[in-house]
Amino acid sequence: MSVIEVTKDNFETEVLKSDKKVLADFNADWCGPCKMLRPIIDELAEEKDNVKIVSINIDNEDELAEKYNVSSIPCLVLFENGEESRRSIGLIPKEEIENIIGE
Amino acid sequence: MYDIIIVGAGPAGLTAAIYARRAQKSVLVLEAKSYGGQIINTLDIENYPVEEHISGFDFATKLYKQTKALGAEIVFEKVVDINDLGNTKEVVTTKNKYSCKAVIIATGSEDRKLGLSNEDELVGKGISYCATCDGAFYKGKTVAVVGGGNTALEDALYLSDIASKVYLIHRRDEFRAEETTVEQLKKKENVEFIYNSTVTKLNASERLESIEVTNKDGSVRTIEVNGLFVAVGRIPENQNFAKLIELDNAGYVKAGEDCKTTCKGIFTAGDNRIKEVRQLVTATGDGAVAATNAVKYINNL
Ligand SMILES: Cc1cc2nc3c(=O)[nH]c(=O)nc-3n(C[C@H](O)[C@H](O)[C@H](O)COP(=O)(O)OP(=O)(O)OC[C@H]3O[C@@H](n4cnc5c(N)ncnc54)[C@H](O)[C@@H]3O)c2cc1C
Repeated sequence: MSVIEVTKDNFETEVLKSDKKVLADFNADWCGPCKMLRPIIDELAEEKDNVKIVSINIDNEDELAEKYNVSSIPCLVLFENGEESRRSIGLIPKEEIENIIGE
Repeated sequence: MYDIIIVGAGPAGLTAAIYARRAQKSVLVLEAKSYGGQIINTLDIENYPVEEHISGFDFATKLYKQTKALGAEIVFEKVVDINDLGNTKEVVTTKNKYSCKAVIIATGSEDRKLGLSNEDELVGKGISYCATCDGAFYKGKTVAVVGGGNTALEDALYLSDIASKVYLIHRRDEFRAEETTVEQLKKKENVEFIYNSTVTKLNASERLESIEVTNKDGSVRTIEVNGLFVAVGRIPENQNFAKLIELDNAGYVKAGEDCKTTCKGIFTAGDNRIKEVRQLVTATGDGAVAATNAVKYINNL
């Protein structure tokens, strides 16, 4: 699967009500480390069946960023059954993202 | 067996790969995170020859493509150890082991932290090490920048256009930064300079709420801030290699302009080496020298 762009309109269906766990990548176009993270996220989306990976542009989706207290990007948030279960900030290696996603 | 393994795909490592490939050597670059190194954190580079303006991301991406096009292999694995087996070196990553004839260590540096007890917990909750990434979250808010070098001053300048108020906290009364930046910053009305002071405490409940600032004279002041941007320099990450090559007290690799370390066949390049000026031009310059000397070393084996 590829990375799904999520806005406040489809956030509930794609993230909160997802059957699988969801890794949300909060990012922005002007953020260098976010752009570096994107190819890694794309790769993981292709490789992993146990997780849905979504991208949230914080410039367009400031309500979502605020709701989830995102004030540092890149920010990866793992949602399980509609609840945040893990979070990481900054550019991190692929292995660490795999650890966050888990089995 | 590779001819040369390069540790780190920052400007120094990728330039070394270009020179090594053009000398017909097989090259593997091992990178822990993503290509580009520190420079991806900057929006605008204005002091690299030829390009008047280029973003850190574009710089990194162009350099990466150039390196790939020349046939260097780039693998995303973190190097944890190097073993010297004489004419062969073994490079150990978190996943694999690779053999080669020469190694170039180009691991750059990482953000230095303030070293305060709750600093790590507050990253993303008011503490940031990247103004260009996180500045936008502080529109109309109060922030502080701590540091006195180019990065701190550029951060303060950038934030002064977004935040309503910017405190710049510096432990001395003089800056180690380009004069033009200092002048620009002094013209900003919403920037307040706090000299001879350090941040000694971070007060937070859910998020950072205020900072305690202690002056050299012993006086203490509490300042309410929504965000604190830390720009107190960088530290090299060479500890994994300390058993093989000599480092100075600050952890920089002991190597001169020839980029040769104290271990035969192991070279170094970029910000992690002892040097005066840590910039792109000096990092890429090192990359060229290290690769050229590694090639010479291999040809004489
Ligand atoms: C905010 C900011 C703005 C800047 N602006 C400018 C500017 O305008 N002009 C200028 O000339 N310079 C600028 N610099 C400085 C410039 O970025 C550095 O001098 C340059 O990036 C150094 O290159 P390097 O390859 O030596 O190290 P780095 O860029 O630090 O790259 C090192 C690489 O090695 C990797 N690595 C580390 N350890 C391991 C390991 N164990 N295994 C595998 N990989 C590893 C890292 O992940 C990293 O990708 C700026 C720096 C910052 C932080």
